[in-house]
Amino acid sequence: MSFLVLDNLQKCFGAVQVVKNFNMAIEKGEFVSFLGPSGCGKTTVLRMIAGFETPSGGTISIDGRDQSRLKTNQRNIGMVFQAYALFPNMNVFDNVAFGLKVAGTPRAAIEARVKEMLALIRLEHLADRYPYQMSGGQQQRVALARALAPKPQLLLLDEPLSALDAKIRISLREEIRQIQRQLGITTVFVTHDQEEALSISDRIVVMNAGRADQIGTPSEIYNRPATRFVASFVGTLNMLDATVVDPAEHTVRVGNQVITLKETLVGKTAGEPIVLALRPEAGSLQGSGDTTLKGDVLSSSFLGSVIRTKISVAGNPVSFDTFNAPDLTMPRPGETVDLRFSSGDLLVVRD
Amino acid sequence: MSVWTRIVGWAVLIFGLLYFFLPLSGLFEFSLKARRGVYSFDAYREVFADPQFQATFTYSVVMALVTIVIGILIVVPTAFWVRLKMPWARPYVEFLTLLPLVIPAIVVVFGYIRLYNTASWLPLTGSIFGTNTLLAFGYTILALPYMYRAVDTGLRTIDVATLTEAAQILGAGWFTILRRVILPNVVPAVLSGAFLTFAIVIGEFTLAALLDRPAFGPYLQRIGANKAYEPFALSVIAFTITWACLALIQFVSRFSKAAPARH
Repeated sequence: MSFLVLDNLQKCFGAVQVVKNFNMAIEKGEFVSFLGPSGCGKTTVLRMIAGFETPSGGTISIDGRDQSRLKTNQRNIGMVFQAYALFPNMNVFDNVAFGLKVAGTPRAAIEARVKEMLALIRLEHLADRYPYQMSGGQQQRVALARALAPKPQLLLLDEPLSALDAKIRISLREEIRQIQRQLGITTVFVTHDQEEALSISDRIVVMNAGRADQIGTPSEIYNRPATRFVASFVGTLNMLDATVVDPAEHTVRVGNQVITLKETLVGKTAGEPIVLALRPEAGSLQGSGDTTLKGDVLSSSFLGSVIRTKISVAGNPVSFDTFNAPDLTMPRPGETVDLRFSSGDLLVVRD
Repeated sequence: MSVWTRIVGWAVLIFGLLYFFLPLSGLFEFSLKARRGVYSFDAYREVFADPQFQATFTYSVVMALVTIVIGILIVVPTAFWVRLKMPWARPYVEFLTLLPLVIPAIVVVFGYIRLYNTASWLPLTGSIFGTNTLLAFGYTILALPYMYRAVDTGLRTIDVATLTEAAQILGAGWFTILRRVILPNVVPAVLSGAFLTFAIVIGEFTLAALLDRPAFGPYLQRIGANKAYEPFALSVIAFTITWACLALIQFVSRFSKAAPARH
């Protein structure tokens, strides 16, 4: 039995259905990210788990217990909000102690627990500060400590990093992951940032228009996107329009170039249009690869460690990255080049 | 800024100050003339020595404090709930709270007397305590426009919805949320509403006179009708108290520790 089970979850706001038949089972101690563009329903699912929204259909159970009859304040869940939501009238100590005070924990136990939490986020020295006297990153760490202090059974993170600047965002996400591992707490993390989701999660749910398009480990999501939406949302992906030549031989035509795929073309017929996807890091000009496509260079930009080149293959723009080397000559716009890659890197995209 | 606009600016300011302070200084000057030929504080001494002054003033202060407490208990949860759950109702609630500015106090008090007289189902006017209660609620109504506005503005400075959710997920119920999270964050707003309430209640005449309670307003009127210098001394005292209240608002809101939730 999984720890957190979302069974056929639905949510409508008036006539608009924002969450459709959402099913998911999350194991104890797992770190799961809900990834998707704004309006895809990821936050709504999170808010239903927290009890802020009532599902229009389906059930949520935590540790085998149905949550539908429990109010938010009876669920024993910790949550971190995008806007920190620290209580402005309380200092750091009182903010972290709030949940314990509400639960009626003895004073000595509160003091010990708050100290332990502040040590965990390495802010013991700021216990007397008020929220407005701290930076965004510090406030969010306090919010994390506040959420963890009452020993919740589940931790929800609602885009906790989006209000922070880039550097803090990366260091804090590593810190969150490390604390989560240390405590072994089951965590659901909502984000629209694919890099964030890929770097931090055990599993990712890619959501699109109220549905879970794909659920899988970061590498599954990145390397084998199940749908066109997942492929385009996670990472930058080049899309190539192609036509099936011979399904049995796995051959397709891009423009007037015929190539052989590794993937089988089950259920496709000759002449059927299909979409192929290629990751920017899979192609190169010099490297080895069993497949070659000719294209005209559109642009080439030097980004330091990598060189990003954009070429046009039969009208499809394809960009790819190659590592920089001192003796490398950059391709010039207008030049015709051979793009080499392994046929295994070419994915057939389903809608 | 040209010299000309600067001169005009100063002229307008000086005119405004004169407009405001000249009558007051006349009032103050006259209140000092109780003794023939010399300035003295005789009128003030007279006023402060009057046991009726002390009694009515104390009565009004107590009534003002009671009114403030009732006002806070009614307005803070209402404004909070409207902001959180019924934002569509805000214009209606605002309109409702503005009604006391439009409906004269005399109409309100006659309504009260008709509704709660000794022959009614709730004979509040039948006892002193009942009448005092009625008066306190009447004052609350009169102060409602100021109290509601102040609190509502205070709630605007914090992220009510998120703070409420943050408190809920940490296990807090509605009472705890209001007492520990919402109220402390709107203290400056509540105080400014409270001081305005205080100033209104201290000088109020109509309700107290028609309900026949020994408040400061009717006392002020009685002295004004019967004495020469004392009413002016009383007016100066009333002004001073009101200004002290306003200064207190400024002081409290400037030195309040609570800051907005987001920066």
